[in-house]
Amino acid sequence: MAEEERRHTIVVLVDNEPGVLARVIGLFSGRGYNIESLTVAQVDKVRGQSRINIVTTGTELVIEQIKALLGKLVPVHRVQDLTIEGPHVERELALVKVLGDREQLVRALRIADFMHARLVDSSPESFVFEMTGTSDELDAFISLVEPVEVSRAGVVAIGRGRTVLASNGA
Amino acid sequence: MTAATLAPAAVDTQSMTGSQVVLRALVEQGVDTIFGYPGGAVLPLYDAIFQQDKIRHVLVRHEQAAVHAAEGYARSTGKVGVVLVTSGPGATNTVTGLTDALMDSVPIVCLTGQVPTHMIGNDAFQEADTVGITRPCTKHNYLVKRPEDLARVMHEAFHVARSGRPGPVVIDLPKNIQMGKALYQGKDEVRHRSYHPRREPDAERIEQAIEMIARAERPVFYVGGGLVNAGHEACALLTELVRETGYPITQTLMGLGAYPGSDPQSLGMLGMHGTLEANLAMYHCDVMVCIGARFDDRVTGRLDGFSPGSKKIHIDIDPSSINKNIAVDVSVVADAVEAVGALLAAWRRRSNSVSRDKVAPWWAQIEEWRKKDSLRFRQDGAGIKPQTAIRRLYEATRESDVYVTTDVGQHQMWAAQHFTFEKPMRWLTSGGLGTMGYGFPAALGVQMAHPEATVLCISGDASWVMNMQEMSTAIQYRLPVKTFILNNSYMGMVRQWQDFFHGQRHASSYMESLPDFVKLAEAFGATGLRATTVEELDQVIAKALATEGPVLVDVVVDREENVYPMIPGGAAHNEIKLSPEDEGQHEAISEEGMVLV
Repeated sequence: MAEEERRHTIVVLVDNEPGVLARVIGLFSGRGYNIESLTVAQVDKVRGQSRINIVTTGTELVIEQIKALLGKLVPVHRVQDLTIEGPHVERELALVKVLGDREQLVRALRIADFMHARLVDSSPESFVFEMTGTSDELDAFISLVEPVEVSRAGVVAIGRGRTVLASNGA
Repeated sequence: MTAATLAPAAVDTQSMTGSQVVLRALVEQGVDTIFGYPGGAVLPLYDAIFQQDKIRHVLVRHEQAAVHAAEGYARSTGKVGVVLVTSGPGATNTVTGLTDALMDSVPIVCLTGQVPTHMIGNDAFQEADTVGITRPCTKHNYLVKRPEDLARVMHEAFHVARSGRPGPVVIDLPKNIQMGKALYQGKDEVRHRSYHPRREPDAERIEQAIEMIARAERPVFYVGGGLVNAGHEACALLTELVRETGYPITQTLMGLGAYPGSDPQSLGMLGMHGTLEANLAMYHCDVMVCIGARFDDRVTGRLDGFSPGSKKIHIDIDPSSINKNIAVDVSVVADAVEAVGALLAAWRRRSNSVSRDKVAPWWAQIEEWRKKDSLRFRQDGAGIKPQTAIRRLYEATRESDVYVTTDVGQHQMWAAQHFTFEKPMRWLTSGGLGTMGYGFPAALGVQMAHPEATVLCISGDASWVMNMQEMSTAIQYRLPVKTFILNNSYMGMVRQWQDFFHGQRHASSYMESLPDFVKLAEAFGATGLRATTVEELDQVIAKALATEGPVLVDVVVDREENVYPMIPGGAAHNEIKLSPEDEGQHEAISEEGMVLV
């Protein structure tokens, strides 16, 4: 088995019930695994199901263990490792605040323009940009505009093509 | 919300209180005994228990003991053990028992009282965040906030506790939910939305496994508590498979009894204090067949020195047990009954083509190891060697319907080594968590389930004191458990490790001012006996077994005796130490080994 650590994007379909997020987080913290990013939101109102997107790093054995443990949690319907199970799309959203004089703000606006970030708030001394893209694209934008404050949503991901993650039956 | 809760036909129109719903669900789930301790937040439930006669309530003296008693009940019957405690301290006192049940895969449903829903979060009297505290030490837990969820949650909890890899489930019940009106649903009307563990093995993997097993020249079966959990049928199937193959088998601490211990194919227990032949067979085998065991650190020793040349097959119901500590070649996620049944059928299809002669050299090697008699000890002089006490107790009870529980430490290892179990579910010990104080309450749970059986608790002077208050429970319910304390005035295993690894400095491991156990038993209203010489031992054992009611026997044993064989922490199976003559070598233990527990 490979010993090197690798970044994995894992999506989990769960019942939207109290404590389910605590169970997922507890599984990571209790065993010393990393969470790089975690997002959760309800995705199916009728069935009362939420989707959790987790980005984690670990050796092949650790990742296998994480997936098995997630699958064991009682409110979990499905676990999918997008990194392994074929091509997928990953996106992240960031809100980025820049302070400065007119010259600095104009410079930031130019960078935002060519990197496809949107201006969503402005005052004489500040801009807030919204940017959507891969985590790498966000990292690049943030390092260029030298913001004073950043709010990132974390990674959301979905498989490409016809494959669908849905609960069995229910 | 499940589909079932929406189905109108499912709803019993008769209106009941939440407490009545709880009791009716317990009855429908086949519960006849619960272990508990009352308090303010569960008074409505206790009131409902008082007004019915289908379920016996056993009043323990500490909530931790309630869980251990329920574990004893569950592990000796294969049923779910049930616990009822109050909120706050009642719930927090169950944490050790719940963790114990989680580690050893014991099906438990633990009902905890809670302050009324409108007071949750207010730091109310005897309020604790029970679901928060017990989340990591249960298989699953629930806080019931609406009366209409109650019946469904009760049935789901039993399903979760007993299916898949069994484990403890907590249901936190606010007092107003117990008192409010609730509707009942039968268990057949509830189907869990997401929890349906796999039972059937993958046929192709079974073929791969049997191919490997058939070709093996130095095979070994390595079986654990999962097989016992799978029940009598699984153990019977395994026994057939092992006998038909003619291969050797070793059992973990939790797996003792899964295969008849006196059978010549049994190599006994493996691991840190396992037999030489079991550990060397594991080290030198070419095919290892692990069923219902989890490559625990007590079994594997140093991971990179674990069975270096073997192909490994792992059958387990828990997918997260596979490739956790040891990477295996063939894995089968399934219930042991199904998997062993499939293996047996596959073996029978091809057994004619397998020559028994090919394992003859392997058996010859194993017999060489066996001749070393790694469990030997010297009983000289009048003083009692602890191993002698276990052997005599075994001889005195082997013909009877006997169950044995233990606490944790040296006495536990000696009991595992020197008491032989022919049947599953007869041996109850705290394997994973290593909980001192487990044995006596567990024995009470066993005796509740098997009133006519001989129930022995083998304990130590330090362990027994940890839950000695339960002697009151034994007296109250006339539970004739026979407890044998191997009294060496030490926390013996701690003292052994201090002798080996910490320069013989006995920091806090000497038990000064121990109670007089004979008088202590009498103070509770039980019978106390003492044996100090080998000559007295047999008489005292006979007298204890013949005495009605609970008996506490103080067996004063050799204080300096150590448990052998021993694989020190951080060592591999082939670095096993056989006797005190090997003791000098302990100083060579690595720093890395020292940090291991």
